[in-house]
Parts: sequence; C-alpha cells; structure tokens
Amino acid sequence: MIDMSDNNLILDVKELRTTFYTHMGNVQAVRGITFQLEQGDVLGIVGESGSGKSVTAMSIMGLVDEPGRVSGGSIHFLGTDLTKLSDSDMNEYRGKEISMIFQDPMTSLNPVFTIGNQLIEVIRRHTDLDKDQAYQRAIELLRMVGIPEPETRIKHYPHQFSGGMRQRAMIAMAISCNPKILIADEPTTALDVTIQAQILDLMVRLKNQLKSSIILITHDLGVVSEVCNKVIVMYGGMVMEKASVFDIFDDPQHPYTLGLLKSIPKDVAGERRRLVPIDGTPPDLLKPPTGCPFSPRCPYAMGVCLREAAPLYQLSETHQASCWLHHKGAPAVEGFVQAEEVERHE
Amino acid sequence: MNEETRTPLLSVRNLKKHFHTNTPKGPAILAAVDGIDFDIYKGETFGLVGESGCGKTTTGRTIARLYHPTDGSIIFDGQDLAPLSQRELQPYRKRIQMIFQDPYASLNTRMTVTDIIAEGMRVHKLGTDAEMQEKVFKMLERVGLKREHASRYPHEFSGGQRQRIGIARSLAVDPELIICDEPISALDVSIQAQVVNMLEDLQKEYGLTYLFIAHDLSMVRHISDRIGVMYLGKMAEIAGSDELYIHPYHPYTKSLLSSIPVANPHKKVGDTRIMLKGDIGSPINPKPGCRFAPRCKYAQERCMHETPVLREIKPDHFVACHFCEDIRD
Repeated sequence: MIDMSDNNLILDVKELRTTFYTHMGNVQAVRGITFQLEQGDVLGIVGESGSGKSVTAMSIMGLVDEPGRVSGGSIHFLGTDLTKLSDSDMNEYRGKEISMIFQDPMTSLNPVFTIGNQLIEVIRRHTDLDKDQAYQRAIELLRMVGIPEPETRIKHYPHQFSGGMRQRAMIAMAISCNPKILIADEPTTALDVTIQAQILDLMVRLKNQLKSSIILITHDLGVVSEVCNKVIVMYGGMVMEKASVFDIFDDPQHPYTLGLLKSIPKDVAGERRRLVPIDGTPPDLLKPPTGCPFSPRCPYAMGVCLREAAPLYQLSETHQASCWLHHKGAPAVEGFVQAEEVERHE
Repeated sequence: MNEETRTPLLSVRNLKKHFHTNTPKGPAILAAVDGIDFDIYKGETFGLVGESGCGKTTTGRTIARLYHPTDGSIIFDGQDLAPLSQRELQPYRKRIQMIFQDPYASLNTRMTVTDIIAEGMRVHKLGTDAEMQEKVFKMLERVGLKREHASRYPHEFSGGQRQRIGIARSLAVDPELIICDEPISALDVSIQAQVVNMLEDLQKEYGLTYLFIAHDLSMVRHISDRIGVMYLGKMAEIAGSDELYIHPYHPYTKSLLSSIPVANPHKKVGDTRIMLKGDIGSPINPKPGCRFAPRCKYAQERCMHETPVLREIKPDHFVACHFCEDIRD
C-alpha cells in the first residue's frame, strides 16, 4: 500500500499494537492500526474514551509509560522506524521533528518555571542558538501565537496565564523547532468555545506557515469537520473507518461512524429530531470481544462479526472501512456498498 | 406552550451570590452571580449557557440553596426560598433536586446503589424500608438499569451507568424541578444521546421542569424550550431556543453561537465566525458598565459606565445591551 516514491509521505504507521501489561491482565489499547500522514495533512483521530486514540499518539511520541509498550508493528518517520530507536535517539525526534500539545495546559506546564524558561529550554535543547538568541526566538514565538506584550509575558509563570493563553504558550513550545508533525491531543477540550475557535484557527494557520502536518485527536465531530482533511474513526483499539473528511460526514460506511453522527443533535428551526443513541457501552479492553469490537452494539451485527474482525475494504480512492457489510457475500444494507478487501487483521 | 400553562414554577429576581476571596492586593469580592432575573415555567426546560466562570453553576447551586444567596429572591411555587432557614427549607429540598456533572465524584463510593438512591427518601421519611426498596427497584428499571444492580457499589459501573444512578436518586423523591448541572459533559458522545433521550422521556412521564446548565451549545438547543445566556455573572440574553439561535441580538450571543463547530465539512463556520478578541474577564471587583464591553467590537462610551438592563425587545426575547437594535448585521 505504501508508495515509497511518494515524497509527501511523512509518517507511515503499520499494524501498530500497544499493550499495557497490568496485574489485571493485558490491556490491548491499540490493536493493529495502520495509517499514513502526508505533508500538509490535518488528520483527525476520532473515538470515545478507551478507543486507543491517545495511546496511538503516545506510541508515536515514544511516551508510552510502564507497564505499557509498543508490542508490534512499525512507525516510520521519513524512513526511520521510531519503534526501533533507543530512548536517547528518540530524544532527537521528540520535541524537534514531532511535538505534542496536551489537553490540559495547566498540568503540562511546569508551575515553578516562567514561560520563558520553559520555552528557552526547548529551543536550546534542539538548536545551536545561544542564550540571547534563544531569548529573542522565544519572544518571536510568543508573538507568533498571538500572546500580547511577549516581552513582559515571557517573564510570567503559568498561573498568571489564562487557559487559552497557556494553550498558546504550549503551542509556541511545540512549534519552536519547526516540527514536521504536531500531535494535538484534545487541545481545546478544556477551553471555552470562543477560545477553542481562536486556538484551532491558530493551529491551522501555523501549520500552513511552517509547512508541517497535524494529527488532531478529539471526540468532537464538529472540530473534526472544521479543521481536518482526513479522518480515522477508532473503536476498541482498532480502525473502523479511514477516509477524507467529506466521505466521513457525507457517506459514512461503518455502522459506528453512522451511529456517532446520528447521536449528535442536528436541529433545525421548529423541529426537534429525537437523538438516535448507540445502545450499550464501550468494550472492556481487558477482555475485548472476539471479532469486531463494535459488534455487541452494532444493529447490523452478523454471525461472522462476532467471530472475526473485518478486514479493511477499499470503497474509493479516499475511503476505507472495516466492516463485513462490505463483503461481497454480505446481505445488502441500504447505504453500504460492497467492495474489495485490502488489508486483513491478523 | 399555550398561555394557560404558562405559570412560572420558579422566578429568580435580582439574584446575587458574592464570595469573599483574597487577591495579591488584599481581600476582594468575587461577584459570581451579580443580579440576574429569569422565570422557569412549569414543564419546560430552561437552558443556561455561558463560558467557564460566567456563574451558571453558581446560579444552579444557589437556586437549590446549596449556597446562601447574597441578595435577591428565589420564588419557587409562590414561596421565596432565599430567606428560609435550613429547617424551613426541608420540604422544598424534596421538590428541587440536582443532577451533577461528574458521575465519579457525585456518588459515595462506600454506599451501595440502594443506599444512594434511598437516602433522599429516608431523609424525607417517604415510606417503610420495604416500600423504599421497591421504589429503588422501580427507579433502577426506569433509568435502564437492572434490579440486581441495587446491591452493587458505584465503582462497578461505567460513567453513563453512574449518571443513570444519579438520575434515579434525584427522581426517587418525586421532585418537580431538577437542576441538571452539565449532566452529560463527562460522558462519551454515544452515551450522551442515551442520557438526553432518557431525560426527555422522564420529563414527559413525570411532568418535570428542568434547569439545564451546559456549555455544549448544540445539545442545549436540542433539549431546551428557552435559553438564558450568561456572561460574567450577568444575564446577556433570554429567548426561545430557536429564536435565540436564529435571531441572536446580543453581540456576545452572536459570537458564541458563531463559534460552535458544525459537524458538516461543507459548511465550515470558519469564514462566518465572529472571532472574539481576548479572554473572558475577571468576576473579582467588577467595574460598572457592561461586562462584555472590553471584548465587544460595538462598545461605545456609554457601555463603559452604564450597566445595561435586561429588557424585552420583542415578545419573550430579552436582551441586556444598549445598542442591540442598531447592530443587526
């Protein structure tokens, strides 16, 4: 599937598995996911809590903590397999080539150092700039992310910043070495909607300016449709659907995606449409259901779904879905097309 | 809703809740809620929206008299609750219940589900032990759980199930008004719809009135009949939910609504969005004048020193802005 001549390809994740070896048993948080990121992409990874979306990001960053580890697959960044790197080699990528923004800017900034200290530390770690140059660069970065009076604000501590300003400071830190990939894990979930709008706007603007790419992890389908060009829908540690943002919203081809879209309100004046929830609860990853993880909640589940996870079917050039309904022999269900399978889970 | 049924169950008048706080410059007053008025009619859902720090949760908790109001009145079914003592409040506590945001923090981890749901009934002496147990079973089944869950502890349940237990607890004492403080914001998208549908069904079945506090604006529109928009302790606008979303008047409401990301990639709101400058201000020692003026692009001299009052600009549509009629764009 990977076209090596395609020089836009930045990140190539193949059959990635991440497992947490706990006393309760092995939690298979990510169960064989495959995707590619090209330069300029804003890739949304959507899913609910426990779907494995954050663990995917942590695996790419090499930040999966004990008792977890990447237990299979590969993550190629411009040809280098990050899963094979030692921790010190990984440090050359982390923060420099690939950087990350977290959900809660208060807990990801160190409260006892000034914003300037923390920003300069990152710059000096990864570049040859001297102290004064790094200081100037820090001010420039704060200005780039829209923090007013950066010369004064650089001396402030995180608690003197509001939530939106802290997230801007985090973004300044993340872009300080012109990374190729910016991973944002629920970057606006803790923020109010008017501030969220400002931050998303800023991220996309900086991405274009720096010619980088974004992986945006979120549960908010509105945010996805607003900023992403590609979307991966995850459930129970697996990819359910992988497509362009238009395919996902216009023509969802997985019952889970369809369910998600139906469960959010789309009200028009004078008409209250009752929400259509997805029955049941998310799977227990200690003992995930055999077969498709969504099958216990799926209104279309067939015998095969309970026995074996579906392969990915190629529905169009930009659209793949992992659901047995696309199999040639499956009963025809309105809205679901049948296609060739491209990739089978182990 | 027809005219005959429009009797307010709750009338809030000039409600204030101030907290004493300390700043580097010495003690100060934090005006979390600073003089708000609104009515909630019997059987309706009144949505209260606004950004963090705007006072919406404090408003809910003050109405439930979890806080003692600083000033103003809370007239519930003809009786002002604001001056009542704890003892005098007792009968009203049964009639006004709350559902909380965090289903992990709001259930006592050492109590069984039966104890949690029956606690209110015990306090209000609503029947014998056997009757209460029967009611617990009935409530569990009503919120989509099973009888055998009654003897379990909260940690055995998922977030969505815990929120159902919280709802069963509030329903067990047959309340009239339920204050729902962000009841779905801690839940996954696929579970939110389950809980919202259930709240709608329960409302019809038991004739409940809801005060629904939330920051998810599309869900608030879905569930509410009327909506109040708060900004820094003040009410900016009140209107029917369709009216508010289609014809917002207050500049703050307009920018708030235009910031909601829509789940439709063909209709990106990025282009039509009214981007607000700066952050929400501080509710500590508020200055006179419109609270929104420092961020408002239409602000004029008058906004800086004269606090706008909430006025009815058309039937059932209230706005607190000096110039809202002039800035229709």
